[in-house]
Amino acid sequence: MCRIGALKSRHYLHPSKALLLMQSQQKGHDNSGFAMVMQDLGGRFADYKKLPTLSLACTDKGLEITRELLRATGFRRVQEWQPEVNPIPGLDIQALANYAFQTFDYPESYRHATDREKEDLLTDTRLALRAALEPGEEGFVYSFWPDVITLKEIGDPRAIGTYFNLWQEDEEFTAKLITAQCRQNTNYEIVRYAAHPFFMQGYTALANGENTFYQKNKEFQSNLHRGYIGFESDSQCFLYTLHYLHRELGWPLSTYKHVITPLPFEDAVKRPDHEQLLVMRQSLAHLEINGPNTIIGVLPDNTLFTCCDAKKLRPVVVGRDADTVAISSEVCGINEVLPERDWEADIYPNEREIVIINDTLEVQRWNQ
Amino acid sequence: MEPVKINDLACNDLPWKIAYDPERCTLCGSCIAACTFDAIGPRMERRRMIYSDSETPDPKTLFSARPVIDQQNVLKNYCRGCGVCERVCPNSAISALRNPDSRFQVVHQCATGTAPKRGGRNNLEVQSRTLDTLRVGRISQMTDPSLDAQRHTFDCLAPLGRILPAKSLPLQLNAEGQLTQGGSTPPVRWIYPVIIGDMSIGALSWRMWEAIAMAVAYLNEECGLPVRMCSGEGGMPVRLLKSRHLKYMILQIASGHFGWNRIIQAMPHMVEDPAGVLIKIGQGAKPGDGGLLMAAKVAEHIQAIRGVPKTDLLSPPNHQGLYSIEESVQKMFLSFNAAFKFRVPVAIKVAASATSVSVFNNLVRDPYNIVGGFFLDGIDGGTGAAHDISLDHTGHPSVSKLRDCYLAAVAQGRQGQIPLWAAGGLGKTGNLAADAFKMICLGANGVFSGKLILQMAGCLGNDLGRCNACNTGLCPAGITTQEPVLARRLDPERVAENIVNYFLGMDMDLRKLMAPIGNSALPVGRSDCLVSTDKAVADRLQVQHVC
Ligand code: SF4
Ligand code: SF4
Repeated sequence: MCRIGALKSRHYLHPSKALLLMQSQQKGHDNSGFAMVMQDLGGRFADYKKLPTLSLACTDKGLEITRELLRATGFRRVQEWQPEVNPIPGLDIQALANYAFQTFDYPESYRHATDREKEDLLTDTRLALRAALEPGEEGFVYSFWPDVITLKEIGDPRAIGTYFNLWQEDEEFTAKLITAQCRQNTNYEIVRYAAHPFFMQGYTALANGENTFYQKNKEFQSNLHRGYIGFESDSQCFLYTLHYLHRELGWPLSTYKHVITPLPFEDAVKRPDHEQLLVMRQSLAHLEINGPNTIIGVLPDNTLFTCCDAKKLRPVVVGRDADTVAISSEVCGINEVLPERDWEADIYPNEREIVIINDTLEVQRWNQ
Repeated sequence: MEPVKINDLACNDLPWKIAYDPERCTLCGSCIAACTFDAIGPRMERRRMIYSDSETPDPKTLFSARPVIDQQNVLKNYCRGCGVCERVCPNSAISALRNPDSRFQVVHQCATGTAPKRGGRNNLEVQSRTLDTLRVGRISQMTDPSLDAQRHTFDCLAPLGRILPAKSLPLQLNAEGQLTQGGSTPPVRWIYPVIIGDMSIGALSWRMWEAIAMAVAYLNEECGLPVRMCSGEGGMPVRLLKSRHLKYMILQIASGHFGWNRIIQAMPHMVEDPAGVLIKIGQGAKPGDGGLLMAAKVAEHIQAIRGVPKTDLLSPPNHQGLYSIEESVQKMFLSFNAAFKFRVPVAIKVAASATSVSVFNNLVRDPYNIVGGFFLDGIDGGTGAAHDISLDHTGHPSVSKLRDCYLAAVAQGRQGQIPLWAAGGLGKTGNLAADAFKMICLGANGVFSGKLILQMAGCLGNDLGRCNACNTGLCPAGITTQEPVLARRLDPERVAENIVNYFLGMDMDLRKLMAPIGNSALPVGRSDCLVSTDKAVADRLQVQHVC
């Protein structure tokens, strides 16, 4: 079973904090992988907030394919960082030859393009790159977006931390928002793409649980957007639904809960907005999740939120101190990173609410 | 010795033979009175007894005449095997036995120039059913807990009405960033996923129809199950049209348009909208055969409700005047939508057929978004009158076709836009919950069922040729007759109670199937939770094959 966590802070945090958050929950996962998405970047990426960064794990040939494809599309590289690795013998990690985080400037022809056009270009480029790297498994491209970095690997999270030097705090590799998860061994095949957090166009989602409506979600989503592909994990569906509602339909976040876990009919009819609830439920019946799940999500404005299924079958806790909010499957994770906090103020979200942490770190609880 | 008249009809030509034991019979006459088909009658038999009344053998012959009960060897009055005589006989002296050597089909046609007709039952294909090779095989354990059928709440409702894609919904953000609804959307009713299928008040006795209506009202108002009933073609009593119970009724219009003058006249007086309008294009049991209500069944009250004289009432096989889907969508659907001012969902019922998917595709792509349900009826359904040849040799099962329609919708990203409702022999084995659940997993939003409701009312017929006399107006159970004496055999309150009890049991059974797959909402399209032990079925329906 997955364990998931998120940290959002006023200050830049080093990923060692995320490792710490997840480390104490290791009995709940199986130490089979580590994945994280860092957003609102500091350190060496702080000066490039408007430019897209590519997060890539690949073979040498993959690096070559990538360079060629991006060059042909017109992207101009402005920075590259390859983390220094510690290939100590005996480490439990299935490392690839290259891990590259490259920041690019948009093609010249996009100088006057709208944000939306640029965003579409980034997505199309990522999808093209993914397709180009797929034959022979030459590489994995996790995100290509401004101010976002993704790192995923198969192995023991501690070993992965050691391999990438993540235990060593520094000022150069930091972010104000980090989401992380420690399990690679999904119900299906072990594939790097199957590890959450999943990221798409500013949206991040990670989940603990089982999506029993996976097949319905997948069949429906496959037709909604060219970027809704992969489905290596049933939790990817949560990201696509979030993206579809918030970005494609332009609906507010509050509707997410209504779509994935609609109120029972008998409760919905008592509400003044029941007509609206009903049309949403009808039209998006195939996006309901109906299983045991807790979801952590991030919106493009770096709003962090969490919610769970309609029966609260998977746990999640939100804790905070003055500068940092932590979300975690188990409270022990928060105890590690925020030991001094007022734990009485911890929130255990119920089955009908979304807990939202906005960019000023204000915590709101929205009832469905 | 009698000459052999081989070309005369004999009882052993008929599908059922009467077994009669004169030793047990007290000649009370109950069986003769009860047989609605006049298939048995009294007759005198000459008996010869040899006896001896001396101490040494001295054979004498005694002739006597003895009244007995005997089977009629008249085509019109052939025994249907309904078993009513056996039920009423206090001495177990009579019963009907199936005649495996029946020559009925041939002699009937030779003698009358017409093939036999019968009440709609598929008697030819009675081998194992596709649905019985499917099981709910994905059981939630460990990673996703199964639910508790008794304790958890379940949300078992299904939509009837056209559902718009999310991008077409009239929802806008207001200044506060909240979503508000700016325009209207097509009407959608969320109802119980089992509709009581369309059996008209002419096909059924008024007492049977009333029993169903009573059961439906009780299920809605006392049990909280929003079950809907479809009127069938032929209208309904004006009193009901003007009552608040109309909201539980789906009004059907078929090619005969029977009863619609009354419905239209009642419109200004309606206090509730009906639950829906169902336009019947075809039915599964006798596709392409139209409807037929024999004059024998057109009693006075039926003439009043339908607005017709006493005559054979024929519904043509197709809607005269509609030649294409585009036309029917524009003319018929639009006019019925408009008649109720776009407040009532309008759905279509068609027979499963090799062309169902094309019809469905055309409707799901219709630009007016006015078709609010696709009712697909398969070969095993139907209770009306039909020729044997239609019942036995035409038609298409509904399971694979329902799946095809659902997958066609999936391929276009239009699943759910036109709710799919399926029928055709569902509940034939007695368990409608299991059949409904499997159809839902294959992509149906809900199912409808008629024949099983008759069984709940005490129908004596089955799919092995027993009774099947619904077309004659002589139903021995008082279900499909307009004869006051016969209709009185049926106790509407008992029937209503049976239907209510059956639905309550079925509702629990549905939860019992949803609980193990861990779902509290209907698993529409969740074919991943079905498995089949039959490889061909598994491949055809795209579910897992298990062995
Ligand atoms: S079985 Fe039915 S039809 Fe046949 S004789 Fe008995 S009552 Fe009449
Ligand atoms: S409904 Fe009546 S006539 Fe028809 S099969 Fe049943 S008992 Fe016989």
